[in-house]
Amino acid sequence: MPEITLIESVRETLRMEMRRDPDIFMMGEDIGPRGGVFLASEGFVDEFGEGRIMNTPLAESSIIGIALGAAVNGMRPVAEIQFADFVWPAINQLVGEAARVRYGTNGGKFAPMTVRVPYGGGVRGGLYHSQSIEVLFAHTPGLQVIAPATPWDARGLLRSAIRSNDPTVFLEHKRTYRLVRGEAPDGEYTEPIGKADVKRAGSDVTLVTYGLMLHYSLQAAEKVSQSDGIETEVVDLRTLRPIDGETILDSVSQTGRAMIVQEDTGAVSVSSEVAAIIASEGFFDLDAPVMRVTAPEIPPMPFSPLQEAEYMPSPEKIAASIRRLSEV
Amino acid sequence: MATMQIEMPHVGESVTEAVIGKWLVSPGDAIRRYDPLVEVITDKVNMEVPAPRDGTVTGLLVGEGDTVQMGAPIAEMEIEGAVPAPIVEEPVATSSPPVQSASRVGSMIIGANVGPTGGEFTDTSLQTESVVEVEPMAPSPGAQRRRRRGRDDRGARISPVVRRLAERHGIDVNAVNGTGAGGRVTRRDVEAYLESSPASVVEARGDEVVEPTPIRRMIAENMAKSFREIPHAWGAIEVDVTELASYRSQNIERVQSNTGHRLTYLPIVLHHVARALSEHRLLNASWVDGKVVLKGDVNIGVAVAAEQGLVVPVVQNADQLTLEETVSEMARIVEGARAGKLQLGDVQGGTFTLNNTGALGSILGGAIINYPQAAILTTEAIIRRPVVIDTQDGGEAIAIRSMMNMCLSFDHRIIDGAEALAFLGDIKNRLESISQDDVS
Repeated sequence: MPEITLIESVRETLRMEMRRDPDIFMMGEDIGPRGGVFLASEGFVDEFGEGRIMNTPLAESSIIGIALGAAVNGMRPVAEIQFADFVWPAINQLVGEAARVRYGTNGGKFAPMTVRVPYGGGVRGGLYHSQSIEVLFAHTPGLQVIAPATPWDARGLLRSAIRSNDPTVFLEHKRTYRLVRGEAPDGEYTEPIGKADVKRAGSDVTLVTYGLMLHYSLQAAEKVSQSDGIETEVVDLRTLRPIDGETILDSVSQTGRAMIVQEDTGAVSVSSEVAAIIASEGFFDLDAPVMRVTAPEIPPMPFSPLQEAEYMPSPEKIAASIRRLSEV
Repeated sequence: MATMQIEMPHVGESVTEAVIGKWLVSPGDAIRRYDPLVEVITDKVNMEVPAPRDGTVTGLLVGEGDTVQMGAPIAEMEIEGAVPAPIVEEPVATSSPPVQSASRVGSMIIGANVGPTGGEFTDTSLQTESVVEVEPMAPSPGAQRRRRRGRDDRGARISPVVRRLAERHGIDVNAVNGTGAGGRVTRRDVEAYLESSPASVVEARGDEVVEPTPIRRMIAENMAKSFREIPHAWGAIEVDVTELASYRSQNIERVQSNTGHRLTYLPIVLHHVARALSEHRLLNASWVDGKVVLKGDVNIGVAVAAEQGLVVPVVQNADQLTLEETVSEMARIVEGARAGKLQLGDVQGGTFTLNNTGALGSILGGAIINYPQAAILTTEAIIRRPVVIDTQDGGEAIAIRSMMNMCLSFDHRIIDGAEALAFLGDIKNRLESISQDDVS
């Protein structure tokens, strides 16, 4: 099986789904002839036409509002928010409306819509092209939030999202687009929403992470395995809502030591929720305090390359933290 | 040449530390493998630590009299060649290979990146490795205050999983060797301890598990603590109580009319034991923090088999009481124990314990000392049997005599056999030479 990059996996998955189901259409900024800024829809307008590949104004609230209206009326829109940093005008449409369709209509209506959101830093994006925005959506009942880290999972989960009947925020880490390469079968397969995946088995420490940090964590796990003989079990959350507590707790019950690695700042974040799950349901398996590796509590990702590197968790920081946790 | 450290060898699974006795080598001494280096003293054995290799002693890391943990370095030596690598045990096959193929997980293409607004650029941030130090998870002052709870006797934290495993398997965390930070007992330590100890209670078909009552649990804890901490030694003596028996029958009416209580053997024995104790003060003592405390009062506890379990009410200042006062006081506390009506003051302050196991027919016993006292004495069954005696005309004869054994368990840290048997001999003399007018 040939290896492809994550952005190639996303693009080919979208193409396959568009060909499969005529109810699917895409809308977003520059997704037409430009093919999207990350080329997720490169060549799509030629194949599917402007009726299914719709360029929009710079109006995120409208993009999501229109998608929601179409979804409730039987279409399967795939909306693209060009950068996660600009999703805020659409918050009301997502959190205030889309998430509440089923509840608000007493189960009479549903909103099968997928919102693709390129997010994350480490791309010299500074204040407006680096944000991790997942926690606001992960906090919202009624939404599904997916954050794949590999071409395989991106394909399997994007399919599941598009085919799901509930609104899904599909987070694609920009740094992984061309950094991460791997297999993604062409055939029909899906990965389950709400199921974490053990990406590396280990008996000493459980490391829970997602997105770009999965790859930094795997690198760190190899490092400490070779240098210190510490075997880290790396759990890739893949879905941030609902979080798969069972897989996390299974792993913690084996290792007794847990750490969470995320690129986002720590306070009231995905790592807080994972730590809470471990504390409330895995307390009697714990042999050490739960450790978190996160960005510092600073409003934006800095622009300066040196400061950006300092801000983000790195494989070295993660490796040092694994060593520290295993010594407690 | 290389420098290697000599470690205190592990000598037994329950021995965790040893005291350095006498160094047999000095820095600069050339030594051969197996040469004795140092005498060490443990609570189980005294031994000499042998040299692990040929070489030259370069330094002694601990002094005579120091207490050293097993495995801790005690000296350094220079050896030819390289330091042997420590033997690392193969890890148990729990770290199975990665569950997924590398390409399924994906790998990073170093240098590839997207630009902030699309496009690509080459970046080098993952190519340089920096050394990162993580701040230790320093507890806040509040956390330090809170963490006083949940610590073991060594002051180390007990984690939730360790607490749970210890409770489930009924083990004492303090008995487990801790290898975590600051000597903390980790889950691995508990698992290793469980593997090395005999299987805990396993219920077979028909077995019944009985939850002990609080008093049973307390008795169990005290007995275990006493037997664990006090090195018990035993001595026994045979007392001819024939004269004592007639003394008793001659005084029984008088005591009954003066006190309202029947005169039994036990108060008579207690009365004389109290007097013997005031002369043999080592028997009326405690071992406290490496020192012997000779007690000022003679307060004798009497073991009573009450309905709820063993109770030991105390005759306070027993050496100050007359026989009749002793009879009255004993009657009061024994009744109180049986009726469950003892006051706190009736069970506190004991400095010695007397146990009339003979009442149950026992003729010999090895009692466990009532912690933290120095000794416990039992009076065994009085049995009439043929005994060789000296006759008044200087000959020998076989006579029917009333004989009673008395057994003493004593703390060998405080008392040696000579003192223990001198004490027993004193009691024997007092009881055998009791006379009719001895009514004080």
